[in-house]
Amino acid sequence: MHMEEQHHCPRESRRSFLKQSTALAALATASPLLVKAAENEEKINAYFEKVPLQLEINGQLQNLSVEPRVTLLDLLREQLGLTGTKKGCDHGQCGCCTVHVDGKRINSCLSLAVMNQGKKITTIEGLANGEQLHPMQEAFMKHDGFQCGYCTPGQIMSAIGCIREGHANSAEDIREYMSGNICRCGAYPNIVDAIMEVKQGGQKV
Amino acid sequence: MDKNNLYNIPPFADDDRVDGLAKVTGKAKFTAEHQLPGLVYGVFVCSTIAKGVIKNMYLAAAKNAAGVIDIIYYLNCPAVPGYKPADRTKNPNARDYTGHKVFFNNLVLSNGQPIALVVADTFERAVHAASLVRVEYDKEVPETDFEKNKFNGKLLKNRGEFLRNEKDAWKNAAVKLEQEYTIPIETHNPMEMHATTAVWEGDNKLTVYDKSQGPKGVQGELARMFELEEKNVKVITEFVGGAFGSGLRSWPHVHAAVIAARKLKRPVKLTLNREQMFTMVGYRPYSWQKIGIGASKEGKLYGITHQAVSNTSVYEDFAEGIVNVSQFLYDCPNVNTDYKILPLHINTPTWMRGPGPASGCFGLESALDELSYQLNIDPIELRIINNAEVHPQSKLPWTTKYLKECYALGREKIGWSNRPSVPGSLKEDGMLVGYGMAVGVFGAGRGGATAKGILKQDGSLLLQSAVSDMGPGTSTAMVKIGSEQMGLDDNKVRFELGDTDFPSGPTQGGSGSATTVGTAVMAVCDALKQSLKEMAIENIAAFKNLKPEDISYENGKLVAATDASAAIHFTDLLKQSSKPELQVSKTSTGFAQRDKYVANSFSVHFVKLHVHPVTGVIKLKHIVSVADAGKIISEKTARSQMVGGAVGGIGMAMTEETLMDHRYGRYINSNFVDYHVPVHADVPPVDVLFVNKPDNIISPTGAKGIGEIALVGVAPAITNAVYNATGKRIRQLPVTPDQLIG
Repeated sequence: MHMEEQHHCPRESRRSFLKQSTALAALATASPLLVKAAENEEKINAYFEKVPLQLEINGQLQNLSVEPRVTLLDLLREQLGLTGTKKGCDHGQCGCCTVHVDGKRINSCLSLAVMNQGKKITTIEGLANGEQLHPMQEAFMKHDGFQCGYCTPGQIMSAIGCIREGHANSAEDIREYMSGNICRCGAYPNIVDAIMEVKQGGQKV
Repeated sequence: MDKNNLYNIPPFADDDRVDGLAKVTGKAKFTAEHQLPGLVYGVFVCSTIAKGVIKNMYLAAAKNAAGVIDIIYYLNCPAVPGYKPADRTKNPNARDYTGHKVFFNNLVLSNGQPIALVVADTFERAVHAASLVRVEYDKEVPETDFEKNKFNGKLLKNRGEFLRNEKDAWKNAAVKLEQEYTIPIETHNPMEMHATTAVWEGDNKLTVYDKSQGPKGVQGELARMFELEEKNVKVITEFVGGAFGSGLRSWPHVHAAVIAARKLKRPVKLTLNREQMFTMVGYRPYSWQKIGIGASKEGKLYGITHQAVSNTSVYEDFAEGIVNVSQFLYDCPNVNTDYKILPLHINTPTWMRGPGPASGCFGLESALDELSYQLNIDPIELRIINNAEVHPQSKLPWTTKYLKECYALGREKIGWSNRPSVPGSLKEDGMLVGYGMAVGVFGAGRGGATAKGILKQDGSLLLQSAVSDMGPGTSTAMVKIGSEQMGLDDNKVRFELGDTDFPSGPTQGGSGSATTVGTAVMAVCDALKQSLKEMAIENIAAFKNLKPEDISYENGKLVAATDASAAIHFTDLLKQSSKPELQVSKTSTGFAQRDKYVANSFSVHFVKLHVHPVTGVIKLKHIVSVADAGKIISEKTARSQMVGGAVGGIGMAMTEETLMDHRYGRYINSNFVDYHVPVHADVPPVDVLFVNKPDNIISPTGAKGIGEIALVGVAPAITNAVYNATGKRIRQLPVTPDQLIG
């Protein structure tokens, strides 16, 4: 069979993507240049595609240069080697990628890295104080709040958020406000026990 | 006597999972998390039709996109040697590869089939470029509708039909019923998406990081596919983020990563996205069952006829034992079953937690419950009346069977005496109340395995075997066995797995890891003790004239039987013998008494639930799962397996259904928003009770296996409780509120 190659993609171009992206504040100054480059050639230099970004991740200031389309999750996992934060769906549907941004729980797969300029990010790797585990990490181990462990970092980050938000006052309350974090191994009752214990222990989370 | 603790089960001890710390700190490295120099990213382009021929692929836009290194598809894909028809001149038993042959030709056999791999320097660039590939097809009309074709299934040779005594005898019974049961496609959906990273060293040496339940299985398959020596294929599966059966075999993406890495001479990482998890790594097949069942007025079963059809793909036969449970679970003189498979233009299904019995028990345990109401006999009583003391077909005894004990434990814990005998007659807080129960069963056994043990001067024991742990806690259980055998603290024992450089271990599946690997670990420990005794005789004066049988091993110490003062700890023995460590490998063989015994694990699940009388919303209130799983090696992790099985069963019963638009043969809910797995809010308190009596016939570990029976039987327990609450019999899963109103 003869394979034809078509030189203009009919569906989507990098140019239209970049044009849409101009709404992003972080891109505001760079975008005309980027759009121009995209008009000339799809294979543009990586230099022009990347934008500077400053984040504080687990207490460390990071000066980065990232493509605007990189999610916070992929930045952590693929570029910074912080693979404790997990990808379970990439669509904000499972909670595996939960991290704290300025102390609040978010799905890092739904947040472009560049949207977090200047913010403080805490991941599972930043939770323990040296050898001293966070009480939620200890409680998850004690109550066996996992089996395979893949959703666990997200569950733990979300559980802390759940207590901080004041939504851990009863088992029923916890079940409702933790329902964005899926555990396919089905450790839910153990996770609820772990959160109840930390909440009732009264430690600062 | 404490009724909840009939068998003196000790309270759960503080026995944390040995890999727990790695999992709660984010240090556990799963497949896609290994950083390698020069790593590039592969992203699939998948078919958007279910049947047809690829006419044209427009690749220019993708090739020109930033960062793209290559696009591999059927016209430029290097040939995979293993895809050729098997050469039977050398080996008459050589089999053709039956799985989907990735990038092999231009045929499309299912929707979501991988048809090209875009490789780029970053993940984002690969995703974007893959979105630029446009494909033209010559479309053909696919057949994906099971319901429309369910009577066109084909019998499999030698395994389709079964008859004990009289066919369709149930029709002649005093009390009888015949009903049909339907289970939709369910998708495993482990939280970690399947991924493979392939690295070649030259043309003959391959390392693969893979999400798999069996590193040795992957090694063997890749060696066959790419004509390599097994020792030159290293497979690493250190942490596996769930699988439930999806990791029992290698899928097209594993081959694709290996092909790309060889072609490009650099490491390639290929991670499926969630949508691809529905179309590439198997699922529980769609099934239809019809059961005719009849009993005497006293409740003694007279006949069962159990038929089933489940789907497969058009390129591969996949079968599971759906009807087998009716052949042996109860004592019934007349049984006939038949089972057919129906090829459809969908990818091949595979084993999903409790494969066969999970579907079969939904039919049989629903039918038995329905029969109990017709007979006006309590459903537990009906099962006890028909308890099989020996296997009804072979007349062989079970290795162990404590099913009656399970009934006793569970009925107390759930409060069975509160169950209304008339459906729909009990209300609490304005909600209809229902109680239900059902039995689960799965084959038990033990395979062959090899383990290595390294005893060191610092008093530690390192155990190794090339197995995976997808979550149940294999390492934890093996540490428990090793520490008990060697009289060591748990924290002195380590179990390493997930690497084909370790001695050969089994694929994790069918609830066989504890018995199979555990037996090898026990053999290693026995051999270590024997070697220590010989070492003492050779090197220590006080033992010089003794024979090994004159020396006992007690909590790390070797003690002479005749003179208790002649004692030495193995750490001192190793030092005084100038041995830094003692190393042994041992292979244990499989369960060899199949001609004398039948081996099964059993479970009984009890459910209490509420149904809203107007809206039909079901609220689970309490689940009690009781297991006859032999000796419980690690109570904490065993309990978690049971809880997890109950949660999986909730999904099967109430939420999970992979839905297809048959106009296109394409799934319409291949994501976590539309494919509903149970979440926190769906799950009530779950109590787990173990009979905890050892089965020393299957293996010296005493275990029988838990993983499957944790789920098998949960779904019918729930739908039986729904009937008890509402008087509505659900024979089509999942049960949803619309089935309960009006």
